[in-house]
Amino acid sequence: MRVWRSVSVPVAAVLLALIIGAIILVVSGASPVDAYAALVKGSFGGTRELSRTLEKTTPLIFSGLAVAFAFKAGLFNIGAQGQLLFGAITAAWLGFALTGLPAVIHAPLALLGGCLAGGLYGAIPGALKTYTGAHEVITTIMLNYVAINLTDFLADGPLKDTSPGNIVARTPAILSTASLPDLGPVPVGFVIALLMALLAWWLLWHTTIGYEIRTVGLNPSAANYAGMKVAFTVTLTMALSGLLAGLGGAIETLGVVGRYQPGFNVGLGFDGITIALLGKTHPFGVIPAALLVGAMRAGSSQMQFSADVAAEIIDVILAVLLFFVTADMVVRWILRMREAEEEQVVLSTGWGQ
Amino acid sequence: MEVAVEQPGRINQYVRRYWLWLIVGAVIVVVIGYGYTVNPRTTRAVLSATLRQSTPLVLGALCGLWGERAGVINIGIEGQMLMAAFTGFLVNVYTSNLLLAVGAAALTGALLGLLLAFMSVTLKMDQIIGGTVINILAFGLTGYFYQQGLTTAGKLQPIALGPLADIPLLGEVLFQNPPITYLTLLLVALSHYVLYYTRWGLRTRAVGEHPRAADTVGINVYQVRYINVIAGGALAGLAGAFLTLEAVGSFERMMTNGRGFLALAIMIFGKWTPLGAWAAALFIGLTYALNTQFQFLGWNVPPQFVGLLPYLSTIIVLAGLVGRARPPAADGVPYEKE
Repeated sequence: MRVWRSVSVPVAAVLLALIIGAIILVVSGASPVDAYAALVKGSFGGTRELSRTLEKTTPLIFSGLAVAFAFKAGLFNIGAQGQLLFGAITAAWLGFALTGLPAVIHAPLALLGGCLAGGLYGAIPGALKTYTGAHEVITTIMLNYVAINLTDFLADGPLKDTSPGNIVARTPAILSTASLPDLGPVPVGFVIALLMALLAWWLLWHTTIGYEIRTVGLNPSAANYAGMKVAFTVTLTMALSGLLAGLGGAIETLGVVGRYQPGFNVGLGFDGITIALLGKTHPFGVIPAALLVGAMRAGSSQMQFSADVAAEIIDVILAVLLFFVTADMVVRWILRMREAEEEQVVLSTGWGQ
Repeated sequence: MEVAVEQPGRINQYVRRYWLWLIVGAVIVVVIGYGYTVNPRTTRAVLSATLRQSTPLVLGALCGLWGERAGVINIGIEGQMLMAAFTGFLVNVYTSNLLLAVGAAALTGALLGLLLAFMSVTLKMDQIIGGTVINILAFGLTGYFYQQGLTTAGKLQPIALGPLADIPLLGEVLFQNPPITYLTLLLVALSHYVLYYTRWGLRTRAVGEHPRAADTVGINVYQVRYINVIAGGALAGLAGAFLTLEAVGSFERMMTNGRGFLALAIMIFGKWTPLGAWAAALFIGLTYALNTQFQFLGWNVPPQFVGLLPYLSTIIVLAGLVGRARPPAADGVPYEKE
């Protein structure tokens, strides 16, 4: 009963979003049955499809974790996209520029580099918030655009693939020593993602720093009064959040794409918000939420191909999903459920904090 | 015996209050004058481009401002612009009636404003998430319904305002513009007037600062918030109309390219005032204008560096100035009736 109570709203929200998606499909003259069947077939229809779903899920777990982690300190990280891009391009650079390293050192080093790049990029809005008062919602969005332009410049300039015949903006392919090992149908990156969810949970609920992060999130004044360094905690939280996003980007480069190529992972940051809220901003909740969104993303190409439905319908469904997850009083009203006694997720309260 | 207190004159008072702005204004006039004597063509092009680029930004900023002055944060401006740009474009394609298309765009923005008001006022949802819903929704819907190869009959053309248009530089920049640009200048002035000199503006500010007090004296807090957010949505819709019906004449996926988010930052930069937002929008518009001029002058600046200029300057400006800017006290806080 207790489990049902905590998952009933997200599950109902998913169903409602799919129903509204179906209505839009009908209105635009497509068959929702065909579309959803193709979606399921394209995401869970076989080993290859399943493997692709896990592949798509991996960066989503990271961006979901990044957003959820920042929420715990009352911070809204809309910049997972930019942090992820920096993680991805740094990993690519380390992946092709360092030569002569054995695989056991090279791949972890490239991953670490991606982490740090994302972490540093995430620390910027944290520091700006604590020391200048510029709100992280605005600065992270601006930094996304800065990141897109800077990584485009790097991939088209200093780090460009100069091999003959290449005219597009992309880095050279990473060396085989830097690529993540292939261990059957489950991608290594997915396993790392699960481990990071565990680590995030442990950090938040079993360490002093985690306690401070959550206290700052619930009541910054109280945290300050209790002698916690709020400014430092805010910056650190944003850095750790960026680190998670950066790792996601690095894994995408080293495990899936094999190089950095602009535009291969647009929109992951916004998906991260939906995933974090669908998973009730808990690291373990993020995993099934990311799996759901990952399956939709993986199956959308099959849907486009066999049911002739544009992949953007997924974004519409996800927007509606975000609405129902957040407006849980609508869902509770539909389910005729009483207000839950569990702790309410505390989110943003305005600009002037 | 009465002590004679020296009363400073009215002009003196203004000088004391706005000395910084007067100096900035004087510097700008000198720079423009110098530029015009040295290179009239470039100066004219930069100023025109600044005004053009600032138009959707200031409209978006006014949208954010009307919401936030009533206590509702609107981070969905980007989505409102994009969706409005799309419907405006579609109406233009199928009816070839530009006036109808502009109306449809404004209506689309207003409807999304209604959705935002419903989420934040009635459902008391987290307002930043409410705006994010609108952004993702607009991105998805425009992408889903977009078809390649649609062409339009035309776009809004510049109207020269008689003899005013013949004034050197000033006339060329200010009085030979298409209608939405003129309308925007009027709307800035109108917003300033309504916000500070009318009953509605007073009510709006009261609701944004202290909704409980406003409620006590009989102001309908929910109604004020609904109307402001919907009206703001129409302004964002007009910004969308500017993009597809006045500036470009066609629609592309994600064509707003962060302008809605920039508008939000511009509103903060302008300290939640219409005139401040206008000045801030002109400044960010200038960074866009330089973008095209660098390419024009053949300077060897990578396009990506120029492309990130508006966003980077916004961050720097916010980091440097916002510490002293104060948002409306009840901004972002849902109001619970007793």
